[in-house]
Amino acid sequence: MKVGVLHSRIRRDEKLLLNELRERDHAVHKLDVRDRSFSIDQAGDQFATLELVVDRCLSSSRSRYLTAWCERHDIPVVNSATTAATCADKVRTSLALSEAGIPTPRTEVAFSIDAALDIMDDLGYPCVLKPVVGSWGRLMARIESRNMAESLLEHKATLGHYEHKVFYLQEYIETEGEDLRIVATDGVPIAGMRRSSDHWITNAARGAEVASIEVDSELETLVANVDAAVGGGLLGIDLMETQDGYTVHEVNHSVEFNALNSVAPIDVPSAVVDWLESICLETTAVSS
Amino acid sequence: MTDEACIVCDATVALPADVELGEIVDCLTCGSELEVTGIDPYALEEAPELEEDWGE
Repeated sequence: MKVGVLHSRIRRDEKLLLNELRERDHAVHKLDVRDRSFSIDQAGDQFATLELVVDRCLSSSRSRYLTAWCERHDIPVVNSATTAATCADKVRTSLALSEAGIPTPRTEVAFSIDAALDIMDDLGYPCVLKPVVGSWGRLMARIESRNMAESLLEHKATLGHYEHKVFYLQEYIETEGEDLRIVATDGVPIAGMRRSSDHWITNAARGAEVASIEVDSELETLVANVDAAVGGGLLGIDLMETQDGYTVHEVNHSVEFNALNSVAPIDVPSAVVDWLESICLETTAVSS
Repeated sequence: MTDEACIVCDATVALPADVELGEIVDCLTCGSELEVTGIDPYALEEAPELEEDWGE
């Protein structure tokens, strides 16, 4: 398989993937997106020879544009441009999950401070304010009071990029510092883990402790439905456990799996490469 | 494993044997994040600052 890997910084996750691909004797072409430009009209010779491109851009904007660019030039790419565009934007993710009937925390969007305050009063305190674009728990806020809400919204409206004036608000769900992460390919779970933290943000990149979990049939069904809702591919699906069942609060399209790999009973990068090989076989069969 | 000098504090930074172009290594002395920008010969630069749209 001749596979191109779109990247900038190489995380531990990309390194695991690159090593696994090379161990299987695949021809790996690292494509640092910072070193090149992308003609709108032509893909160029290097891309024409690739059987599959894997988008591992750290930047969601690069990811959105370059997956679309690949598709424009009929270069097989994972994840798809649809998946990248949907998952890179929390509003679009929420709309997709809602349309598919997938349980999520109550979510509201507002475009003015007054409208946001009305929503927050209705959600009650604490509630959660998130940026529409971003990851690793950055700029997420648990709003404890109306006073805090007023201050934070004013700061965001005054100091931020225009996207910070899109107020994405969610009910706060008490999980005692725990949530679940399932990594899946085309809706089939590879493995899952529980993330536990003293902080209300339970991201592994911020030091949460992780432990492997068994993926039950309810989770399997939910993961398949999430995959279909957002466009499918290699995804990291984050869920919380509530009294009423699971609720999905995030879907990641450039998923980090290093932490999961450290606790899962399965070799996660190996499973990902199995999946890449299967896609390559499918696309080769279709084109021949 | 190869030892290189940190470009910020000049302390020794250990690069793993399978180091990749674009990989981030930490200087354990000054705490700087360094990006591997060359392999033959090895080159290190200060890693770029975190951008708002980075992540998963």
